Amino acid sequence: MTATQLRPMRIAEIEPVADGIKRFRLVPTDGSPLLNYSAGSHIVVVMRDADGRMWRNPYSLMGPLGNPASYEISVLRVDESRGGSEFMHRLPVGAEVQITNPVNLFTINRQARKHLLVAGGIGITPLMSMLEELSSINADFELRYKVRSLSRGAYCQKLVERYGDRVKIYRSDRGEKLDLDRVLADQPLGTHLYVCGPKEMIDWALETARAEGWPEENLHSEQFGAPPAGNAFTVKLARSNREIRVGPQQSILEALEEHGVDAPFLCRGGACGQCETRVLARDGELKHNDHYLTDAERRSGDKIMICMSRVTGNSLTLDL
Amino acid sequence: MNVFNHESFRDDFTFRNSPAAIRRFPFPFHEDKYMYSVNIEPHLPGPKGSVYEHPIDIDEHYVSEMKDRAMVLAEDPKRCQSLPHMITAEWDMLELLMTSLAESYPELFTLNRDGDKWHWINRPLNIEERFVFGDAGTLPYGPMEYIGRQCQGDFSLQDHRDNNLWMDAGIITTQADWSLDFDVGMNFTEWHGPVPLAHQARVFERALKFLLNLQLGQPARRLNWTMTINPRLDTSPENYHKWGVDRTTVTPENVGDKVHLRVELQGLWRLPRSNAVLFSIRCYMIKMSELVTVPKWARRFHRVLKTLPPELADYKGLTRYRDTTVEWLSKYDDGAPTSPGCGPE
Repeated sequence: MTATQLRPMRIAEIEPVADGIKRFRLVPTDGSPLLNYSAGSHIVVVMRDADGRMWRNPYSLMGPLGNPASYEISVLRVDESRGGSEFMHRLPVGAEVQITNPVNLFTINRQARKHLLVAGGIGITPLMSMLEELSSINADFELRYKVRSLSRGAYCQKLVERYGDRVKIYRSDRGEKLDLDRVLADQPLGTHLYVCGPKEMIDWALETARAEGWPEENLHSEQFGAPPAGNAFTVKLARSNREIRVGPQQSILEALEEHGVDAPFLCRGGACGQCETRVLARDGELKHNDHYLTDAERRSGDKIMICMSRVTGNSLTLDL
Repeated sequence: MNVFNHESFRDDFTFRNSPAAIRRFPFPFHEDKYMYSVNIEPHLPGPKGSVYEHPIDIDEHYVSEMKDRAMVLAEDPKRCQSLPHMITAEWDMLELLMTSLAESYPELFTLNRDGDKWHWINRPLNIEERFVFGDAGTLPYGPMEYIGRQCQGDFSLQDHRDNNLWMDAGIITTQADWSLDFDVGMNFTEWHGPVPLAHQARVFERALKFLLNLQLGQPARRLNWTMTINPRLDTSPENYHKWGVDRTTVTPENVGDKVHLRVELQGLWRLPRSNAVLFSIRCYMIKMSELVTVPKWARRFHRVLKTLPPELADYKGLTRYRDTTVEWLSKYDDGAPTSPGCGPE
């Protein structure tokens, strides 16, 4: 674990906000004040089931900002066998979890002339607090929000009520398409783009912007998503002389944590660099699933981001 | 601690350290030589009575330092600047400093909060203020300047964007020869441009990476050092014509009184609402005759100064008086071994 403090919280309220999406309101169990946080922040929620199985999932804080008495997150139940969101959805009001302090890897740029927010599905969650902040500082902004349908898209009505014609919703069940080329071309110079949603959507949005000549520093994204699965393999820890099995649905980081190894992490999504670990030997090819290492670093084969990446063969030796 | 010195940091230079202040001085050398390093550590509470005990340290020089700050700002308002987008960070800084001071020194400071109606009492400076947190119109200065005028040390607020830190606000009146007016708006690499040797050693690359990952609730700190002739706090480029010449006035007879070791305790906090980084530079000065009352420090500082690489000596402005000072210190160095660590024993 990176040297981050965990805070015990209780689920005070659960509200279904769309098909498969629930909003959770968390309050501190000891009544101590919660930290303020910046728009775009997330927390890592640590959950344990009765068998001692543990999940650590990052969820964006949705606001309201400003001396919060509680933290609100929205969780999409994802049908896959990792089970974290599944477990979260089964928790009742009153259940206890632990959370990290807020972390922000998806901030607004306070120099931007205008902020263009693009969300796909559950990707709306970090943008909720951004919209609140941008509105409070009287910034120029707009939101383009892609949902499968109104019943599966969270907060559509609330967003339109609050932000009026600065919000445009695109329903795929009605064949509504976001013409991103046109939207981007209409933006004034100095606009920053913020995208959150499924990986394919983010890739598409950023590529479209790059193709139109948007500078890299004006493009911001945050990607949720579980570490990709792969074959099972053994991780050998050179310094502590241990061997740990990594299951197909588990990341290296998760396997280490399950066996009591305290490995550094922060975002758990391959973006921040905190879990970078030296590779001493490997059987098979490294499968880099992160967004942090450079191409050269990936090719060199001597670094790996253990929260997301894997090896294709039987074993991997790390400098841990 | 309720007794504050009445002393000056200019003109007649009546600044003095009490024996207690000497004992708690943040002597920065853990070995008998010095080179740059990324010497950052967690800013955790240190030993009682030390400069590390509290997140923000107030000492016997508090009242006089704040008076000197007020004079500097009256003469040169550009020592305090804040780009418009930094207002959220300013409020973050005010909150951090007020809550810290009130918690660490309840006999000196009181903060009562009723929602966003705040009531602040600063007894040493005789200030009582009722204001609305978040509404700059209810304070006599911008939030950063308001609290900066009541806190020892310089402060800069750094915006985190484009994978870098940008010095977009600051209140800087006790600096070791750098200019806020010149640096404001620069990024981390840019404002560190003039520092010799450190760039090649990748010190700044690693430091920036660390700072970009600084987290809420986990502040960091480090020490920096230089030397000053006469206990002048305002050794700014803007006033170089006033203090530069002091470097030529050191003689073998006056080293003990005039030559000061100047140590900066630097704190780094991630701020909650703005995601900015607060950087504090808290200055401690000690003259050579006070320093040598601690035998270990006398020996060690003699050795550090004697072996300091010339580029560092030049950059820190020591060249003219270095040899004279080394000669003077040699009287207190019998060659005996020094213990590891920075402490006086």
